[in-house]
Amino acid sequence: MTTMGAIPQPETKREAMADTTPDAKPQAGPKLRASNVDFFYGKFQALHNISIDFPENKITALIGPSGCGKSTFLRTLNRINDTIRGARATGEVVLDGENIMEGDVTELRRRVGMVFQRPNPFPKSIFDNIAYGVRINGMARRGQIHEVVERSLRRAALWEEVKDKLNKSAYALSGGQQQRLCIARALAVDPEVLLLDEPCSALDPIATSKIEELLLGIKEQCTLIIVTHNMQQAARVADFTGFFLLGKLIEVNKTDIIFKTPAKKETEDYITGRFG
Amino acid sequence: MTLRRLWRKAVNDVMLTMTGICAVLTASALFFILGYLIWNGSTSLDWNFFTKLPLSPGESGGGMANAIVGSAKIVFLGALIGVPVGFVAGVFLSEFSGKTLANTIRFTADLLNGVPSIVIGILAWALIVVPTRHFSAWAGGFALSLMVIPVTLRATEQFLGQVPLSLREGALALGASKWKSVATVVVPAARTGIMTGIILGVARISGETAPLLFTALNNQYWSKGFNEPTASLPVMIYNRAISAFDDFHRQAWAAGLVLLALVLVANIAARMVLAKGAAAHRG
Amino acid sequence: MATMAPSVPVRARTSFRNVRGGDQIAYLITFLFAASILLVTVLLIFELWVKSKLAIHQFGFSFLWTSTWDPVEGQFGALPFIYGTIVTSILGLLISVPLGVGAAIYLSELAPPRVSNALTFLVELLAAVPSVVFGLLAIFALVPAMRLYVQPALIRAFGWSPFFKGPAYGVGVLTASMVLAIMMFPYIISISREALMQVPREQREAALALGATRWEATWDAVVPFARLGIVGSVFLSLARALGETMAVTMVIGNDPRIASSILAPGYTIAAVIANEFSEATSDIHQSALVALGLVLFMITIILNGLGQLLLVLTAKPGTAK
Repeated sequence: MTTMGAIPQPETKREAMADTTPDAKPQAGPKLRASNVDFFYGKFQALHNISIDFPENKITALIGPSGCGKSTFLRTLNRINDTIRGARATGEVVLDGENIMEGDVTELRRRVGMVFQRPNPFPKSIFDNIAYGVRINGMARRGQIHEVVERSLRRAALWEEVKDKLNKSAYALSGGQQQRLCIARALAVDPEVLLLDEPCSALDPIATSKIEELLLGIKEQCTLIIVTHNMQQAARVADFTGFFLLGKLIEVNKTDIIFKTPAKKETEDYITGRFG
Repeated sequence: MTLRRLWRKAVNDVMLTMTGICAVLTASALFFILGYLIWNGSTSLDWNFFTKLPLSPGESGGGMANAIVGSAKIVFLGALIGVPVGFVAGVFLSEFSGKTLANTIRFTADLLNGVPSIVIGILAWALIVVPTRHFSAWAGGFALSLMVIPVTLRATEQFLGQVPLSLREGALALGASKWKSVATVVVPAARTGIMTGIILGVARISGETAPLLFTALNNQYWSKGFNEPTASLPVMIYNRAISAFDDFHRQAWAAGLVLLALVLVANIAARMVLAKGAAAHRG
Repeated sequence: MATMAPSVPVRARTSFRNVRGGDQIAYLITFLFAASILLVTVLLIFELWVKSKLAIHQFGFSFLWTSTWDPVEGQFGALPFIYGTIVTSILGLLISVPLGVGAAIYLSELAPPRVSNALTFLVELLAAVPSVVFGLLAIFALVPAMRLYVQPALIRAFGWSPFFKGPAYGVGVLTASMVLAIMMFPYIISISREALMQVPREQREAALALGATRWEATWDAVVPFARLGIVGSVFLSLARALGETMAVTMVIGNDPRIASSILAPGYTIAAVIANEFSEATSDIHQSALVALGLVLFMITIILNGLGQLLLVLTAKPGTAK
């Protein structure tokens, strides 16, 4: 996760995100870049001028106290806040060069998937839950769907546990299994970015560690952005971490730097538990 | 956009429109009904309608005064019997009763509520018309009371349940006995909601026809007291509507308009009061 | 709803033994009033049973499947009325359920909130319209329209099948079904809408997050989650339709025969009781009518019970299996 030796102090937040490992491939640019994003719930401004890059195939964690806007920011990345009345986002979010704030939202959401705080499987069988996104997006012919389902369940480390009961209702699974099911469901449509909104907050430590492990496997094919309350989790899984406070992005950098030598006092106060 | 994406977007837009049409259609049914009644009935609404007795077809100047008064009598009886029963029973369920008894009574009241009104008429017939050997406003009133009881019960229980614990404890802490605290603090706190529930219930029974058909029957003349067959607005409407005479049809329209207007005004007023009460509670 | 206090206040229920004096009397009085409801319901079942015994003894169970109804000869069979009641109600459901559930979906998921509230208000007022007023409009507006336009068109198009054989009376089973459908709208719409609004937001968001369109998210995720409540609303509306008297008797034609054509006149249980009860000539006639009332009573009780059960089940979390 960290590089050896001294790291030159970044001049802008953006340069900090550039991969400086010796055998790094030349970066074409971040997978996802947010620029000057403001967000309003009616008259209340929830996000102030957020600018952040998300490097490809890395895990970026967003941490901060409750109500600081990190979930709101995450939800602007797949525009799921569009469904909330009176919600409005300004600024730019660019995915592979295209501004996602305009354009077809359903295609965006196929490319940028989301896993929610509480597991929310559909009232369908395990198989149909995973097949749902594949079917509506027409991504596989009928014969191939089973393959896709199996592949997704393997990536979510759930295949062995459910392979004999694919036709059972999703609600028959435990909480941790349901959340892995939701991850598999999101992976089935082959997203380029996966947003995870405190995915382990409703789960016990064992389920949590299973999920953290599988996230490390997923990132090779997918850019992951995870909002978490749990600083230890960010330290365990994330390559980069961003700290939010009161709707502002205070600091973003390699996880090690954030936790060991943060640049801002607010970050340090939060990390050391002085508040929040 | 690919073809598939275009198709999905088209389906999305079509379904949005179609379900919207369903909603608008069903909502506009009310306007259609009201409009039709006003169109056909308002011309026959004159002073005679409200003050004169019905005359034979062909004779002009008749009215439905007896039906209006008769309905008032029967509905009054129904409310007189049914509202107190429903209300006090609601107080019992909400304030005094244990859980299983409350569930049983609530279940029974819901059962009663679901009984078709004509079957309620059969009960009133069996209990009153048969022993007394004649049709009467009492029988009709009794039938209607059975229909207003469940509505009143539900409204009473619901609104009493919404009275906050702090209010009840405040009264008890001042030394009031339980029944006194209920009577002087809890019930007054819930009175708006309960009143609107009662109004809605009474509005509903004033439009009922089936239970009156063989209890209060009908009457072309005035009925003295409560012991005779009594005319009522809904039964008159039915009677005139199925007759063969245009005159009678016109009267049916007028009476229908009056009845609907009464029922709608009561409903709208009650709902608006309820909505205001709910908003105040939340705010 | 109070947001400050818990919605179900936790109070110690007063048991009879723990109270004294005035409270004891209060308990007793309120209990008596409440118990009278139980008494009345028992009386209802009792009277229905007793007054129909004559007919039940005479005809036995064959009452239910005999189709002669002849007061003069003293022959009474319930089949035409059971048939008419069921056919008109089911037909009415076929019309009102798609329209009603569609409207409920629009009002709960797709419409802007102010539009939804306004339209819902109007739909719910429809439930307050008295049955006899529906009948009035049905006789003078619907029946002529059926006789002059709709039925002839149906006969032209489908008259080859046994279900649409003429003549075009105007009144008939189809007409009654249409009136019933209109009367069922408010119940289907308001109960289904409630059920849909109770579906957790995360279900819809989960579908949207996979790239579903608004309609796909609604139809594939929200509606299935609420299906118990929607089916419950159908049962409850069906129960109401079965017992509907005035509007039906004004337009069904009041003919106790069983015809395959839905354009033919028919009869329902509630309608025949309404028409014949006050003038029933003989004891057996009266008893047969009460027996019909008993049949109707039992069918509606069962349907209402099932409907309520389904609604209770939707309220429980995790039962949308």
